Amino acid sequence: MSVAELAAAVEARYPDVVVARGEATVVIDRNELLDALAWLRDERGVQLDALSSVTATHWPDRDPAFWVVYELRSTALVQRLRVKVPVREDDQHVPSVTEMFPTANWHERETFDLYGIEFDGHPDLTRILLPAGWEGHPLRKDEPLGGVPTWFKGATMPPIDERGMA
Amino acid sequence: MSTSRHDLPVAPFDPSGDVTEGFRDPSTGDYRQETMIINMGPQHPSTHGVLRLLLELDGETIIRVKPVIGYLHTGIEKNTEYRSWVQGVTYVTRADYVAPFFNELAYCMAVERLLGVEVPPRAQVIRVLVCELNRITSHLVALATGGLELGASSVMLYGLRERELIMEIFEVITGLRMNHAYIRPGGVVMDLPEEAPRKLRDLIDLLPHRIDEYETLLNDNPIWRERNTDVAVMSAERCMQLGITGPPLRSAGVALDLRKDEPYCGYETYDFDVITRTEGDAYARYRVRIDEMRESLKIVEQAFSRLADTPGPVMIDDPKVGWQAKLSVGPDGIGNDPAYLAHIMEESMEALIHHFKMVTQGVEVPPGEVYMAVEAPRGELGMYVVSDGGNRPYRVKIRDPSFVNLQAVPDLIEGALIADIIPAIASLDPVMGGVDR
Amino acid sequence: MPVERYEGVHLGTTPEEIEDEVERGVLLTTLDRAIGWARKQSMWPATFGLACCAIEMMATGAGQYDLSRWGMEVFRASPRQADLMIVSGRVSQKMAPALRRIYDQMADPKWVISMGVCASAGGMFTNYAVVQGVDTIVPVDVYVPGCPPKPEMLMYGILTLQKKVRTEEPFK
Repeated sequence: MSVAELAAAVEARYPDVVVARGEATVVIDRNELLDALAWLRDERGVQLDALSSVTATHWPDRDPAFWVVYELRSTALVQRLRVKVPVREDDQHVPSVTEMFPTANWHERETFDLYGIEFDGHPDLTRILLPAGWEGHPLRKDEPLGGVPTWFKGATMPPIDERGMA
Repeated sequence: MSTSRHDLPVAPFDPSGDVTEGFRDPSTGDYRQETMIINMGPQHPSTHGVLRLLLELDGETIIRVKPVIGYLHTGIEKNTEYRSWVQGVTYVTRADYVAPFFNELAYCMAVERLLGVEVPPRAQVIRVLVCELNRITSHLVALATGGLELGASSVMLYGLRERELIMEIFEVITGLRMNHAYIRPGGVVMDLPEEAPRKLRDLIDLLPHRIDEYETLLNDNPIWRERNTDVAVMSAERCMQLGITGPPLRSAGVALDLRKDEPYCGYETYDFDVITRTEGDAYARYRVRIDEMRESLKIVEQAFSRLADTPGPVMIDDPKVGWQAKLSVGPDGIGNDPAYLAHIMEESMEALIHHFKMVTQGVEVPPGEVYMAVEAPRGELGMYVVSDGGNRPYRVKIRDPSFVNLQAVPDLIEGALIADIIPAIASLDPVMGGVDR
Repeated sequence: MPVERYEGVHLGTTPEEIEDEVERGVLLTTLDRAIGWARKQSMWPATFGLACCAIEMMATGAGQYDLSRWGMEVFRASPRQADLMIVSGRVSQKMAPALRRIYDQMADPKWVISMGVCASAGGMFTNYAVVQGVDTIVPVDVYVPGCPPKPEMLMYGILTLQKKVRTEEPFK
């Protein structure tokens, strides 16, 4: 299927579809997430049966504050779809998809580790990349980059997020 | 589907603490007395990098394994948010450091898709050329380190010998042996210098014979076969459930190769095969890698012969996108071409302004998001790039194949002997820089 | 009568001439220099390859740039058998305790080469995750900058360390 046809097929059931730059994106509410992924996997012609990656983005001044992004791929038909789930600042929970896609196990742990979004139903939601006692979720936009000033002879230069350059 | 083996939390690395807390019997709260918990720590000669494995052993048999990663977490993704789009190339290239061109390629193609530009055809050909050479070096490193870990240290010397030939070519073309930052949004940085075609020709003539040497050395070697056959077997179905891509998936029989399925950079015009095997064990993965090296050499040959027929620029002409500075090799190394310097300083004010803006502020990328996947030597390398309209990336997520492939370690090892860990992990070929980023 | 035992050696007749000749022909040394020479000749590195620099370190040990010219191709896995730790690659916060532990497990005398800018000063990764210079954790003898340093640069760093070892006080 071409991207436009795929978008049309998905739009019939989940109307919030955007096609841009040759890629289709659908926004799905988190309560419908598991049903939607099952439908996307089983629907003839869509058959998105593989999950490539799970990640998140943080938009601190917007509502929703987080988007959890799933990249789906079809093995039989060559097509991809992006599923985005809005997550609000005050309620950072999303159902886990590890039952359906075991590959999401470490992806969701990484997203929890770096963003703090909790995946309900995940078998082992602990930090994966950072040390276990680490506080904070570094990839959030309100966390600093965390560098130290660079020492030169007779002067220091602040870390790059504090330098005030364009 | 039972995921009970993953339900134990892992304690932090605490030299004085009890790292085996998670291995207690859940019903009694005590350790099982018949088994032993061993830590195959982050510093180990055979774990292919800084990977930590917590093993619960019954004699030599592994009952449970818990891989612990994160010992090389560098914060690459966070760093890219504070640098310009072109500087992002230098960060991203150090994720999977054995195959740096692929990281650069995926990132640059994602940025170009966001910008909506096409790179010149000669840049496409050069990109394919260096990427396939990189695939050969990556498989050589996999072979060399796999051999060394299994005890065949001469394989290491052979593998790195070939790799040195290709490293020389990389140094001639890009200036660096590793982590090149050669592929940039809009094309590649410099055209091939004059000595490159001759060196490439010598390499293309020499390499098939050398790959034959590896096959002679290892294919029917009884020790190699014993240690690798029927070890770390994974079925195609389990591979796809776990999201495994690359040689491990192809060795289980699934002919999934992004160069054929979702071609990019002109791969649909090259003639090569997708190598598959059916056994799905470590030996099959080794054979897949050897044959993939030959296929890559075929592609290199085709790309090399196309170079003469595709003249032209290697960087896009748009001054707001492409890095306009023509670089050349001067008396003190690679630097701005004197003719280009004369042009911006003496001839054209507009060119000077464009150069200034490009160097200080960089490219401005319209808002949007893109997921671009390439076929790296280890599997599907995806780059999810989000832009908010500025001259810095908003989010760069690297979907690294080693990160996903490493989830297969419990499946591969549980129930096997300790000695099978080494070929299992060597055949998966993870690169911890990509796993931890 | 001059005695010619070897070609070119003439033992003269006066005590001064004899002493002169002996000094030229016989290796005289002090215990310090002998120990320093022996230590530098057979340094065994511990395998501590972390990231990209580890690949260059492997390339330095391989056939083209050969570390066994200086007796160093024997990379010992156990820190107890090694005397040189080449920290090659970026040291993350999670790896830092392990690094210190390995350093403590090495027996004296021990030396540390910090290979690459990431190990020397944090490199391009001035962020939360990377230790900004491994000399905050272990004492470093030689810093080899580069990203990654070419094998020749690493060899120069190793030779500098050997020069240092040859001339330093063996028992502090």
